[in-house]
Amino acid sequence: MSLFYVVALLSTFFALMTIFTKNPVHSVLYLVITFFTFTVHYILLNAQFLAVVNFIVYMGAIMVLFLFVLMLLNMNEDVEPMKSTLVKVMAVIAGCCLFVTVCGALHLFDTQTPLIEKDPSIGLVKNLGQVLFKEFLLPFELSSLLLLTAMVGAVLLAKKEPKRI
Amino acid sequence: MENIVQNLQTVPLNHYILFSTLIFSIGVIGVLIRRNMIIMMMSIELMLNAVNLLLAAFSVHHGDSSGQVFVFFIMALAAAEVAVGLAIIIMVYRNTKSVDIDALNKLRW
Repeated sequence: MSLFYVVALLSTFFALMTIFTKNPVHSVLYLVITFFTFTVHYILLNAQFLAVVNFIVYMGAIMVLFLFVLMLLNMNEDVEPMKSTLVKVMAVIAGCCLFVTVCGALHLFDTQTPLIEKDPSIGLVKNLGQVLFKEFLLPFELSSLLLLTAMVGAVLLAKKEPKRI
Repeated sequence: MENIVQNLQTVPLNHYILFSTLIFSIGVIGVLIRRNMIIMMMSIELMLNAVNLLLAAFSVHHGDSSGQVFVFFIMALAAAEVAVGLAIIIMVYRNTKSVDIDALNKLRW
């Protein structure tokens, strides 16, 4: 059995646990494990740069941000009022409908061809850096501007408003 | 390295699409069934990740590295989105003392 199916099973299981666990802190921890399995997927695809970036940005930065916010809001107990059962069942049916629709559309195409790596060195840091800094230099610089804007916006939004007199 | 490439060639592209769709659907269900705003944002992250994996798989399949560069930009965007979104959640919590999405039902038309 290929390693892909084992990791896919694991990530599906942990993704389900993420959305069905009541405790928000446990939910975040399951999401961290899900992202780790995604990192394994990237390594299996031989996309090493993406694997490292996924590991650092998602598991390091974003998840720490989520945990900090949960800690700030003091939500480590099950206080969340859940939606009614009818809404839940309808939501699950809607999600399954989406899945079935996309799978049905997939059968129109002939995509049974195995994933053949034409150029195994495509995802290495060296090659991707060449592409990033030659063809995509302007979007790269613009993304730094985007991050700066997001940082200023986040600080401005989360700052306490001064007391009005 | 050789082993990994050998391993990869037994997986049809179809299965990558199915797996990404499954994770994306789980994200959609998570947005629909939860009322906690933070968990809804986590479901959105799940959806973004599913799309990222599919882009990377197609990029490897076609031998074109533009797809992986695009995934990199999506990750930068996701970081910005999470920072602003969590700041908004903190502001809403300060005003309403809850992270329940129904606290914002005045935003409805």
